[in-house]
Amino acid sequence: MEHNNINLILKVWKQKNAESRGSFETFEVNDISTEMSFLEMFDVLNERLIAEGKEPIAFDHDCREGICGMCSMYINGRPHGPWHGTTTCQLHMRAFKDGDTIVVEPWRAKAFPVIKDLIVDRTAFDRIIQAGGYISVNTGVTIDGNAIPVEKENADKAFAAAACIGCGACVAACKNSSALLFVSAKVAHLALLPQGAPERKERALNMVAQMDKEGFGACTNTGACEAVCPKEISIENIARLNKEYALAGFSSDK
Amino acid sequence: MLTSPVGKKWVMALTGLFLITFLMVHVGLNACIWADDGGIMFNAAAHFMGSMVVIRIIEIGLILGFVIHIIQGLVLEFQNRRKRGVAYKMSLGSRGSKWYSRSMGLLGTILLLFLILHWVHFWIPNRSHQGWLLGEELNLYQEMKVTFQQEWVVIVYVIGCISLAWHLLHGFQSAFRTIGVSNKRYLALLNAIGTGFSIIIPLAFAMMPVSFYLGWIK
Repeated sequence: MEHNNINLILKVWKQKNAESRGSFETFEVNDISTEMSFLEMFDVLNERLIAEGKEPIAFDHDCREGICGMCSMYINGRPHGPWHGTTTCQLHMRAFKDGDTIVVEPWRAKAFPVIKDLIVDRTAFDRIIQAGGYISVNTGVTIDGNAIPVEKENADKAFAAAACIGCGACVAACKNSSALLFVSAKVAHLALLPQGAPERKERALNMVAQMDKEGFGACTNTGACEAVCPKEISIENIARLNKEYALAGFSSDK
Repeated sequence: MLTSPVGKKWVMALTGLFLITFLMVHVGLNACIWADDGGIMFNAAAHFMGSMVVIRIIEIGLILGFVIHIIQGLVLEFQNRRKRGVAYKMSLGSRGSKWYSRSMGLLGTILLLFLILHWVHFWIPNRSHQGWLLGEELNLYQEMKVTFQQEWVVIVYVIGCISLAWHLLHGFQSAFRTIGVSNKRYLALLNAIGTGFSIIIPLAFAMMPVSFYLGWIK
């Protein structure tokens, strides 16, 4: 495999806190290994900034193995950068060429306010989950794995929807800043399983209502969300949610 | 329920599908101008539609369909635009989506401007001359013939039809997704039907003013 080091120019959004205005700052990073991840490249830059007595760039990260969904970076006009189906930590510097200029911004949505630099507040997603993205079960001894039969097709679809890591790339890419791919993945995941059945109606209604309350937009079915989703969640789930929502609305007792 | 983000899309989808059925009726009736009989067949069809009480009643539903689709569409467009806050410096985030799917508001607005002209040309004078208002029924075929002698009118109508084509290309299949079709094979089928519909219907409409202007029909 080819080993080489590259030099890059970064234009990064810097914002002191939620109240301040923020602006782009340019940084030069040299001698970056193409085998580094995008976040490791930021580590190198931050080490240097700290050594120079400057404030490092604040960014979210946790697992660095593509499953936590924390790394909310809008890189060169795309959530999580140019590669398909990846988070920022799984984006490697071989995606870029020597001398490239890379623009890095936080997610832009009113429902995701910037806290600092590249970090946004995504607690709106937590509140949507709290509105219905769960099942109520009595705790006790572990239930036998196969006690409740689930059709293979539904299990597969539910599993694919459950892969959503709640990173917010769908909101970031959507022209309406809609969270419907996220909401639909959660609703479809539980609607496809027998365990989700008892709270099915309230779930669809309450999660959509909470999404609206948080200030996310409505869906236009453009498909931009599906194209940028690091977990390749299908837009099919949105159709599934639309059906769930209407059935719940017409038959709900409220 | 209808005022939630999902409910609003249901309203857009159902009114949109209703308007699609209207387009089929409209294009079918208007195709009578090509009968090459000096407009006898077309005027008879127009008279039938204008004088039949059932159609008159359905027309109220049609007007409501138009009004709801237009107002809800504009409201959604403005609400959705306000959700971003700070704009991106660099945005290719919509790559993977079609430009016309992101431009339904713009295409719809062009369509609305065209429709206002279209209503002023035909629908309003026609209805106001039928029966109770201004007496004598208009010779619509003659009206078309005269109206479509003007070059700018023909151009505006063709632009309207092009906007309609792009609007339908997204709207047709999107409406079915909104009402809950999630089956991939049916979506592929609906997409194919929608594409055909979006080309054939606007093309047929566009050929009407063009045919008069170029003198293909006398």
